[in-house]
Amino acid sequence: MKITSIVAAGLMTAAVTALPALAQDAGTLKKIKDSGSVTMGVRESSGGLSFTLGDGKFAGFHVELCERVLADVRKQLGMSQMNVKFQPVTSQNRIPLMQNGTIDIECGSTTNNAARQKDVAFAVTTYVEEVRIATKANSGITAIAQLNGRNVATTTGTTSVQLLRKHERATGVDFKEVFGKDHADSFLLLESGRADAFVMDAQILAGLIAKSKTPGDYRIVGEVLNVEPINIMLRKDDPAFKKAVDDSLIKLMKSGEIAKIYDKWFMQPIPPANVRIGLPASEATKAAWANPNDKPAEDYAKK
Amino acid sequence: MADWDWQVFCKDTIEGEVIPRCFGGGGDITYLDWMLSAWGWTLSVSLLSLAVAIVFGSLMGILRTTPNRGLVFLGNAWTELFRNIPLLVQIVLWYHVVPAFIPALRGVPSFLLVVAALGLFTSARISEQVRAGIQSLPRGQRMAGLAMGFTLPQTYRFILLPMAFRIIIPPLTSESMNIVKNSSVAFAVSIAELTLFAMQAQEETARGIEIYLAVTGLYFISAFAINRIMHFIEGRVSVPGLIAAGGK
Repeated sequence: MKITSIVAAGLMTAAVTALPALAQDAGTLKKIKDSGSVTMGVRESSGGLSFTLGDGKFAGFHVELCERVLADVRKQLGMSQMNVKFQPVTSQNRIPLMQNGTIDIECGSTTNNAARQKDVAFAVTTYVEEVRIATKANSGITAIAQLNGRNVATTTGTTSVQLLRKHERATGVDFKEVFGKDHADSFLLLESGRADAFVMDAQILAGLIAKSKTPGDYRIVGEVLNVEPINIMLRKDDPAFKKAVDDSLIKLMKSGEIAKIYDKWFMQPIPPANVRIGLPASEATKAAWANPNDKPAEDYAKK
Repeated sequence: MADWDWQVFCKDTIEGEVIPRCFGGGGDITYLDWMLSAWGWTLSVSLLSLAVAIVFGSLMGILRTTPNRGLVFLGNAWTELFRNIPLLVQIVLWYHVVPAFIPALRGVPSFLLVVAALGLFTSARISEQVRAGIQSLPRGQRMAGLAMGFTLPQTYRFILLPMAFRIIIPPLTSESMNIVKNSSVAFAVSIAELTLFAMQAQEETARGIEIYLAVTGLYFISAFAINRIMHFIEGRVSVPGLIAAGGK
């Protein structure tokens, strides 16, 4: 059963490369062409990657990348206009909504890992997230080993929780985990002193610190706990659409345009509050742009 | 349905390997172990909150039916305060806001804060039921008790409350079942109960449907068990010939 689907996918890829015209007759591309519209899955609040401006409008690094990609897709399909609809998704529903066709492309903050690759496909990696520790500047904490016996906050429903557990097990550092119900809540735990550290994706930490009352009181410290590729998510087994998206993204990477877009969302003040996140592109992110690939998180861990 | 994977519960929570007997050992825990512990937290929060709610709810309900206007005001104020603020907001108030004013509360474990918050929220609802139960009795009963020479507390203890509590068992049953379901807000203050387990485990395993179904089942079993216990109590305490005897 599995082998046949792999063979089918292989045959489809072969057919696509041989006859580009045929590719438009199947999958997402055909759906876009027939309906004249495409639905983009977006996040309400995923740092600089994807967030709402209110009023049904969404913006962010991944949202802008998707808008550029979809403009290329429109040209490729020879459509004079294309209606781009936004559909807010959550970490709980994004994969089912992709599978059932509610969304055609997800431009949020989805980690590309092997488990998810069984259900969905990912475009080439556009952003590599590093999991770090935020603490109060005056706490004197600079490394994870110093967290022994302390309260460490993280957000329910994120991979960081599992990561902390693994780390605790591997290093014997014994800390008490407290769970915020969302990122803002976890940050409040740090702010109010209920937690001594907040472990989360660096761009989320940087964004929360930038938006806090006293950004100077917090800093991001310590070793990188984990590295995860964050990708634009696509439907599985739709090589024609994936190729269109990848080609468009690779073009942005080769031209260096992607670095400018990154700069716009992570280094410049962004709406709605006009604060700057202030997180330069990590080495891992730059490496992903230099060698476009869609390797899952597990491949990063091996390094 | 074909691609359901119930093996997910046998997986180790660190490496994600399937453990043969589904229960971890030597410090390893499986998702099944975790879920059962989460169920324990849900039941602990619910039952302790229920105890708090019944004690304070009965007291406030009784105060609201006394002849003393000061006590009536206290009972009314209590009830309106706790039932007019959404439960989740109350939890956040207890956890983040109150400790900012009373630093001593900072050291109190979040478990106790949740029990207090959920208990007091529900006490407002129980107070309303107790008041309604007492007021549903004919006024003559209170008067007869006082005329017999009983003091006011004795009138309540021997005449009014035994009847009032029997009358309000059905709404009290609903309230006790509600408390199990409302205990899910405890996830907001880092209690590792069923809802927190569901949100976290579905993210880690990508098996949301199986996890949520199992958690739904456990909530149902918990609430339904309370329903059966209350039904049993209702039957046992019913007075033959008075009130449609316990639904039998």
